Amino acid sequence: MKEELIISGRNLPNIDPHLHLWHWPISLYLFLGGLAAGILFFAAMVTLFGKENKFQGAVKWATIIPPIGLSVGLMALLYDLTHILYAWRLFAAFRITSPMSWGAWTLMLVTPLSFLWTLSYFKEYFPNWNWKEGLLSYLDWVIDFVNDNKKVIAWILVPSTVLLGIYTGILLSAFNARPLWNNSILGPLFLTSGLSTGAASIIMLSKSHDERRLFSMIDLVLIAIELFLIVHLIMGMMAGSQVQLEASQIIMGGEYTVAFWVFVVILGLTFPAILEIFELIGYKVPAIVPAMLVIMGGLIFRFVMVDAGQLTRYLY
Amino acid sequence: MRYAMAIDTKKCVGCSDCVVACQTENNVPIGYCRDWITETVEGSYPNLAIELRSERCNHCDNAPCVRCCPTGASQIVDGGIVITVADECIGCGACIESCPYEARYTHPDGYVDKCTFCLHRVEEGLLPACVSVCPTNCMYFGDIDDPNSDISKILKNRKQKTLAPEAGTGPQIYYLS
Repeated sequence: MKEELIISGRNLPNIDPHLHLWHWPISLYLFLGGLAAGILFFAAMVTLFGKENKFQGAVKWATIIPPIGLSVGLMALLYDLTHILYAWRLFAAFRITSPMSWGAWTLMLVTPLSFLWTLSYFKEYFPNWNWKEGLLSYLDWVIDFVNDNKKVIAWILVPSTVLLGIYTGILLSAFNARPLWNNSILGPLFLTSGLSTGAASIIMLSKSHDERRLFSMIDLVLIAIELFLIVHLIMGMMAGSQVQLEASQIIMGGEYTVAFWVFVVILGLTFPAILEIFELIGYKVPAIVPAMLVIMGGLIFRFVMVDAGQLTRYLY
Repeated sequence: MRYAMAIDTKKCVGCSDCVVACQTENNVPIGYCRDWITETVEGSYPNLAIELRSERCNHCDNAPCVRCCPTGASQIVDGGIVITVADECIGCGACIESCPYEARYTHPDGYVDKCTFCLHRVEEGLLPACVSVCPTNCMYFGDIDDPNSDISKILKNRKQKTLAPEAGTGPQIYYLS
């Protein structure tokens, strides 16, 4: 038997007895960041292929989510900072070794672009608005400018949204002190999950049958990749060192087993994939059901990873 | 120059004097601590092995907290001492998440705080507060690059270990056994 006790007394807030420093704002932010990155990635790709008119759900309707999502995510992130008056320090430096610094600067690029993208469709959201008069008339030339440079914005968005999506995972995997996070598969896994929730949002908001069909197929491929990456994540840890073996126990019989396998893997990935296959082969399935399940699965996945990861540590 | 600390687990009695000295010297807020005593018990009565360790920041050679800090508030100063600058810290918690030793905490004022090896004392040529008060003289502090320093000599003469070296951090608190 080995027992470890801190005999001088130690009860640091959010650290003892278990590290739980990062709460729901971080999980929510990682989810919204991935979702926004996914939607904007598809919107930019559709634009670059010149299919805006065919896939309006992707470029016009789903893109309402990213500016709102990123704003809420940023607010959550700021709420989580404990020394908030110094938050501007994030943008006074660029630290190449810190994923958080990379993420802050990527967000500074993607957030304004997401607003501009939505703005460019304002005339279509409110077709009866008189843009030549009134308070918002000065927006007219901004909208025209954005519409003229749509392809340029799309070209910037493709790499920057991939960076944003992958960063949400790398932010966690950079911490070698948390063995559950510390693996190179987490970045691609979070990116895939973000793209998958993005595709699901497009399915939900699309009005065209062809578009729903295409994004159902894309989502299906992404879910398959995600399941494959999850298997790899667990395989890698099972074949790893003692700390990784212990860390994997948290989702392989430990505290977060049910949350992970039932709510993420079964209800959030496998079940919606089966529903989407049924839909593709001709059965009538309401599009909102698999899409909503994928989005909820993505959200729960972020909560499980953030919370469970903080419980894993080196023991000495 | 490379400052390090060696702690003799055979001499330590776990009195917590180092903890109190640190709290007093550094005005650590009530309920918080920058160092603490861990007791590891192996076996079952009457066949026991006990190890007492005074633990704190390991002032790592490859400090993950410095690597992960997005603003540069966590930094390594002369002598390899890892510090945080309160005015540059945004309180994001990345360094706390990245520390395998859980040696950092959020100060009630919002910034992240930790052991500094009593940098203000070391600069004046004094020993860190914890070392200077130890009643059993079980702690050694000094420059391990200087072969004639007390700590270099004791590290050559005694068996030692560091905590979680497999984390790749290059910890600089040595436990003599």
